[in-house]
Amino acid sequence: MQLSQFKKPHDIEKIIDYLNTVELKVNIMEVCGTHTMAIAKSGIKSLLPTNIRLISGPGCPVCVTDSKDIDTILEICKQYKDVIIATYGDMLKVPGSRYGESLEKLRAQGAKVEIVYSALDAVELAKNNPEKNIVFLGIGFETTTPGTVLALEEAIKLGINNFFIYSMHKLVEPALRALLNEPDFDIDAFLCPGHVGAVIGEEGFEFLVKEFNKPSVICGFEAGDIIVSIYKMVEQIKNNKPQLENEYTRVVKKNGNLLIKEKVEKYLEVSDDNWRGLGNIPRSGLKLKEEYREFDAEKKFKVYLVNTEKENGCQCGEVIKGKIEPKECKLFAKVCSPENPIGPCMVSSEGACAAHYKYLNF
Amino acid sequence: MDEIITLSYGSGGKKTSQLIEEIILPPLANKELNLLSDGAILEIQSNKLAFSTDSFVVSPYFFPGGDIGKLAVCGTVNDLSVCGATPMYLSLSFIIEEGFKIDDLKKIVSSIAETAQKCNVKVVTGDTKVVEKGKGDGIFINTSGIGVIKYDFLGKDKIAEGDTVIVTGTVGDHGAAIMASRNKLVDEFTVKSDCAPLNELAELILLYGNKVKILRDPTRGGIATTLNEFVEGGHLSIELYEESIPINDETNSLCEILGIDPLYSANEGKILAIVDSSIADNLINDLHNSDYGKNAKIIGKVTKNYPAKVVLHTLLGGKRILSKLTGAQLPRIC
Repeated sequence: MQLSQFKKPHDIEKIIDYLNTVELKVNIMEVCGTHTMAIAKSGIKSLLPTNIRLISGPGCPVCVTDSKDIDTILEICKQYKDVIIATYGDMLKVPGSRYGESLEKLRAQGAKVEIVYSALDAVELAKNNPEKNIVFLGIGFETTTPGTVLALEEAIKLGINNFFIYSMHKLVEPALRALLNEPDFDIDAFLCPGHVGAVIGEEGFEFLVKEFNKPSVICGFEAGDIIVSIYKMVEQIKNNKPQLENEYTRVVKKNGNLLIKEKVEKYLEVSDDNWRGLGNIPRSGLKLKEEYREFDAEKKFKVYLVNTEKENGCQCGEVIKGKIEPKECKLFAKVCSPENPIGPCMVSSEGACAAHYKYLNF
Repeated sequence: MDEIITLSYGSGGKKTSQLIEEIILPPLANKELNLLSDGAILEIQSNKLAFSTDSFVVSPYFFPGGDIGKLAVCGTVNDLSVCGATPMYLSLSFIIEEGFKIDDLKKIVSSIAETAQKCNVKVVTGDTKVVEKGKGDGIFINTSGIGVIKYDFLGKDKIAEGDTVIVTGTVGDHGAAIMASRNKLVDEFTVKSDCAPLNELAELILLYGNKVKILRDPTRGGIATTLNEFVEGGHLSIELYEESIPINDETNSLCEILGIDPLYSANEGKILAIVDSSIADNLINDLHNSDYGKNAKIIGKVTKNYPAKVVLHTLLGGKRILSKLTGAQLPRIC
């Protein structure tokens, strides 16, 4: 099957026509940044009636990374001259809390920052640069954690001792729980991320229905997947039968990927973590277990941080919580743009503000 | 403006424009340079000439479908060709890093000679500098070119509502080929760069006379960025139809894996043309019968619906903005 057939399956017009006859007010949160981007790129919002709203949630890993973590990484980069930071490209431009600082700027001033497409590339980098210390920025949810863990396993197997992980990995469930417990949270249904589903399985999202009674659909990432899932959620709401449906059966199974779950548990442990916009959420992050502390960048490269946190008017936190649309932020497109991002939602290619700026700012 | 140059300033997108318009242009401004076209049009004793320059830093310097030498000739020849000029003479400057293999240099020079012959241009002047190991990355090339203006009617100001937007083939292949050759994750892909001389193709289009409004070769920043340059600052918009944009299946899959949009990925052998709609169908037929235009397509039209913006009608039937490239999609692709 060609890629384009997933992007525009047969009969999709019929579903869209039907959705336009629905009068119900429905607020759907897409949890994942990849969904945010797919929705914006395929123009789905322009096809839906105004009463069916799609609201971006906290699923863009860069966007929820705490500014203190960014500050720490920048500081490691400045203080330890033998360090090469290995990172996914999206982290490059995220500003720290001090104005104008980012990995991109530090790199232009001579700091060593390498973009990698996988954590294993960072191990390769360590192998090829034995005189340097490689710090891999582990970022992302259940989907990218396995890559980090496999890289760690590879480094151990090869006896590499100049490879370190700065783990900012996070878990989806605690964040959704925190949101659902916010007093004025106004979301009727959840578009659940299929890639995360592939790891945690259908069972990982069951709490949304069992405990919170929210219609939820685990969804793939092509426009066709998303339209079909919106239809399923609208039907659930209309019939008042909230349930968890799996639209992405070609990838997501009931129990997820047990092998990967085991591997992650072997090397990482759950800890409290700070989320930009959401604050500290208990048991929402993953750190290296004590027995692997020699690979833990946070333990190896100690830095002293001056508290530089200051108010700059950025409302990424409210955007992440689905409380405001990007364009409702006072900085949007005026001071804050992808060329000059103030907050992470404008930096990340999966951020709600970047998606809005690039694709929807008519 | 930042205080230092970051890689984004070389992307061909918004930051590159900002650098040119705020830092480089103001102290040098003159009526020829101010147009910021692919080549300058010069009037010397009633002869009109086009003059263009380009530097090439592509990594790796041998890539599927071409090499830095072929690219250095095509790049400048193409810039002249889309200005309506017949390319005549090139200058050729090398900056070579200590330790570079003479054998590789031979291959590059022979590729330059072969491409120049194909384009009917002569390399008439040149320079070679060698820098210490670590102060360059293999080889950098600059070419400048002069051509004689043959078709003197092109310009942004000629674009009008109702005009048709044509691309002469699949988009994004050069950028994709470079990515594939750099990244182990996608090294099983066999996408080739579209690097090719466009002088004959440009001529074929320009034979339609002033029904042709403007031509560009959409290199860094891809077709999305070039189309934005056509409409920015004006009152017209360009509306594109996603389903008609030709994209090679492999390029599409590769871009999908790397999270890159083929509409922003560089081309080195394609022309974007805006023409009067009355000639569009005939022109497409002609292009289909040419060497480098076999996959030419009508991809959109000029309207007044979204002033100064490019809007994409998606496969699904929705619409979205197609903005200029922001940030660096990938450095050193040309």
